[in-house]
Amino acid sequence: MVTLADLNTPHKNTWCPGCGNFGILSAVKSVFVELGLEREQVVLVSGIGCHGKISDYVNVNTFHGIHGRVLPVATGIKLANPDLTVIGFSGDADCYDEGWDHFCHAVRRNVDATLIVHNNMILGLTTGQTTATSQAGFRSKSTPFGSVVPPLNPIAHALISNGTFVARGFAGDPKHLTGLIVEAVKHRGFNYIDVFQPCVTFNYLNTYEWFRSRVYKLEEAGHDVTDRQKALEKSFEWGDRIPIGIFYKEDKPTYRDNLPHLKGVPLTKMPIQDIDISGVVESMK
Amino acid sequence: MKVDDFSFLIGGEAGAGISRSGFLFAKAGMRGGLHVFGTNDYQSLIRGGHNFYVVRMSEKEVYCQADNINLLIALNAETVTLHKNELVPKGGIICDSDDMALTSDMLGRPDLKLYPLPLRKIVVDELKEPHSLIMRNTVALGAAIAITDYDLGLLEEAMRDTFKAETAESNIKAAHVGYDFVKQKFDGNFDYQLKKTEATGKNRIFLSGNEAVGLGAVKAGCKFYVGYPMTPTTGILHFMTSNERDFNMIAMQPEGEIAAINMVAGAAFAGVRAMTATSGGGFCLMSEGLGMAGMTETPIVVMVGQRPGPSTGLPTYSAQGDLRFVVHASQGEFPRVVVAPGDVEECFYETMRAFNWAEKYQLPVIILTDKYVLESEVSVEPFDGNRVKVERGSIVSERYEGGGEYRRYEVTETGVSPRAVPLTKGAIVHANSDEHTEDGHTSEDPIVTLTMMDKRMRKLDTINKEFEERNVETTKFYGSEDAQATVVSWGSTKGPIREAMKLLAAEGTVVNYLQILYLHPFPKARVEQVLSRAKKTIVVENNKTSQLSGLIRERLLRKVDHKILKYDGRSLNPGDLATRIKEVL
Repeated sequence: MVTLADLNTPHKNTWCPGCGNFGILSAVKSVFVELGLEREQVVLVSGIGCHGKISDYVNVNTFHGIHGRVLPVATGIKLANPDLTVIGFSGDADCYDEGWDHFCHAVRRNVDATLIVHNNMILGLTTGQTTATSQAGFRSKSTPFGSVVPPLNPIAHALISNGTFVARGFAGDPKHLTGLIVEAVKHRGFNYIDVFQPCVTFNYLNTYEWFRSRVYKLEEAGHDVTDRQKALEKSFEWGDRIPIGIFYKEDKPTYRDNLPHLKGVPLTKMPIQDIDISGVVESMK
Repeated sequence: MKVDDFSFLIGGEAGAGISRSGFLFAKAGMRGGLHVFGTNDYQSLIRGGHNFYVVRMSEKEVYCQADNINLLIALNAETVTLHKNELVPKGGIICDSDDMALTSDMLGRPDLKLYPLPLRKIVVDELKEPHSLIMRNTVALGAAIAITDYDLGLLEEAMRDTFKAETAESNIKAAHVGYDFVKQKFDGNFDYQLKKTEATGKNRIFLSGNEAVGLGAVKAGCKFYVGYPMTPTTGILHFMTSNERDFNMIAMQPEGEIAAINMVAGAAFAGVRAMTATSGGGFCLMSEGLGMAGMTETPIVVMVGQRPGPSTGLPTYSAQGDLRFVVHASQGEFPRVVVAPGDVEECFYETMRAFNWAEKYQLPVIILTDKYVLESEVSVEPFDGNRVKVERGSIVSERYEGGGEYRRYEVTETGVSPRAVPLTKGAIVHANSDEHTEDGHTSEDPIVTLTMMDKRMRKLDTINKEFEERNVETTKFYGSEDAQATVVSWGSTKGPIREAMKLLAAEGTVVNYLQILYLHPFPKARVEQVLSRAKKTIVVENNKTSQLSGLIRERLLRKVDHKILKYDGRSLNPGDLATRIKEVL
C-alpha cells in the first residue's frame, strides 16, 4: 500500500504560493492512500496549463500530454488496460476551451475513468486571459473591457450528456474534495468533478473568499443524487449560493461492459503472436 | 476470339450498385483462374452523378486498369457518351433499351456491337421486383456473361458468397434472364470472349488496399483501432469494426481525428499495438498528436490515404500531394518512419512491419497511401503472414529489475530506452510531452534539452543501421540493369508504371524502374546506387510540384532529368504513361 511519502517527487513545485492547486494535490494524494492503491496501478493524465504540472508532483505513472487532450489519452489508456485506475487532470481552458470537443463525448461514452477539472476561471500559465468559465464582464488581458460572453455551464452539460457521476468540489475545502474523489474513483463509470480552484495571481474576482462565502454542500441540503432533473436545476444555481458536492450518480454499464467479447481482459494481455487470419482470407477467395 | 486481356466497365448513377456489380464480375473472373484488377470512380454524393467501375482480367498478372474497354454496361446515357471512345474496335455496349434508343451510327462508331436489353421491363414485369431497380445491373451482368461466352455458374457462386440466401437467389434468377435474353436474341459473334483457365486462380484472394492494410494490422496484433470516417480510408474503419469481435480488438469511431490519435497514443502508452487512419484533412488535425507521440516516444501507426487537395479538394479521387506534409508534419524535430506501399501486397506486409518499427524504435510510423491503392481491388496470392514476425523491441515485461528507479527515457547508445508500460511491477512510468529528464519529468535545462533531442534523433541512425544490416527492402528495382532510362516513383504509380514497361518492352523500348518504398528515413545509399548508373532518370508522380524530385535533390544533391506528373485526381493509364515516357527518351 502506498504512503503519502511514497507519492512525493523530488521536483520543485512551481505553483504560486497559495494556489488552489495545492488543495487538489493534497486531496489526490490522500485519496490514493485512503483507497490503498499501488503506485504502479494508477495512471495520472494531465494536459497543459498550471494544472498540468501535477504530473511532476505525484509519483505514480503519468502521461503529461498536450493542451486539451487529456480525455482521449485517458480513454485510450483505460480501454487498453481496465486494470489501471485512470485519473485525468485538466484545467478550465484545457477542458472547456481547447478540449471541449471531447468533454460531452467522454461523458456519454462512460469509460470507467475519473476527470478532475481545475477550474480557476482564467488562463494562469499564459499570464491571465479569459476562459469558457470566466464570468461575463470579467476583465483580463484578452478582455480588457470585460468579457461580453456568458460563461459555459459544464455541470449542466455533463448532466444532459447522460453523465453517470457529476460533482463539484472546492480546493479551499480539501477534506470535502477528498471525499468526492474517493466516491468518484470507487464509482464505475465516467466520473467528473469540476473543482473551484482560486488563482491567487491573476483572478481578482473569484478568490477563496468569493467562493467560501457562496458555496454550500448539496449533501447537507438534502439533495437526491438519483434525480437528474433536480440535479439539472441545481446546476443552474449561481450567484449568492453555489452548490458543491455530488449532483448526480447512477450505475450504468461502462463502455467496456458493452464489449462482451473482451470478457474484461486487458488488450495488453491478448496474445499477438501467430494470429490466425485464415478465416478472413478464406472469405476473400 | 478468346482474348487474354479483357476490360469491362459498368457505369451509371451513384446508388445504382455499380461497385457491387463490378465486384461480382471480378470475382467470377478470378474464380475462373484469371488475374483481376478492379478500380472505381465515383463522386462525393449519394445519388445521381456518374459512377463507374472497371474490371480488367487476364491470364497474366495485371497491375492496373487498361487504356481501353472491351465491353461497356451503360446504366444511363451519360455512361455511353463518356466512355464510347474508350471502347476497342468492335467493342460492345449493353444498355437499357427502355432508356435509350442507340444506334452505332449515332455514336459515330459503326464498328461497335450494341446489346439493347429492356432491363427495366425485365425487372418490373418478368422478375416482379419493381422496388429493386438495382437488379437491372444483375440482368446486365448475366447478359455480359452470355456475350463473352463465359461461365454463368461462376457468377452465381460469387453471388451466393456475397449476398444473403434470399437476395442471392433473386439475383441469380435475374442474371439468368439476362443471360438467356442475349443467347436468344443476339448472334454469338462478339469479338472478345473470356476463357476460364486452370483452377490456380481459385486460391487467390480479391481485396482492396484498405482491406489489406486492415488485415496486416490484425495479423500484426493491433488490438486498438480508432478512426473517424474519411474517404478514402473509411474502408479500413469498416474492416476493423466488422472484425472487432473475432480478433478481440476494440475498433471504434471517436468524435474526430484529434481524439483518434490521442486515444491511440494513450492505448499505445498502456502497451497495446494501436492504429488510426485518415486522409490529409484529418491528418492536419492529427499533426499535434503526431508530435506528441514523437516527443513521448509512444509507438503509434497512422495510415494516411491521400486524395487531391488543397483543403476538401476532390474528396473521392486520388493524388500524391502529401509526401512533404507527412515527412515534416508537426512542430519541432523528431524521428518518424514513412513507408509508402505501392500495391495491395505491400499494403499488407508493410503494415505488419510498421507495427514492428513503431515498437522497436518507439516512434510514430506513417503508412502513406492514396485513394487509388486503397479502393482498387486486385486478385493476389494469399498472404504469407509468417514473412513478417512480430518484433516488439525492448519491452520490460512483468517486473522491472534494472538498477535504481526505472527511467522511461534512459539515454542509450541506440537512442531507444527500455520500455515499461503501466502496471509493470517496480517501474513507475512518466511520459511527458514537455522536454524532460531521463525519468520523464519536465525540464527546461539546456543540457537536458540537447541530450534528449540527440537521444531521440539518434534513433534514425539506429533505424538506418538495422535496415542496412537486415537488408530491408526500402527500395525495389524492376527490369534489367541495362535500360534506356530509369523511372523513379513511390506509392501507387507502381501499377501503371509496371504496365507501361510491358507496353514499351513490346515495342523494343527498355526502361527499368526504382520504387522508393521508404521515404523517411530516406534510403540514400540504395537510391544513389541506382540513379548513379541510370542513363536518364524520369520521376513519375501524381502531384503538381514533383515532391519526390525535391526530396531526391535534397537528400542526394541530384537533379532528375525528367518529370511526368499527373494531378487531375485520376490515376495514370499505362498507354498514356508509355507515350509520355517515349516523349522524353
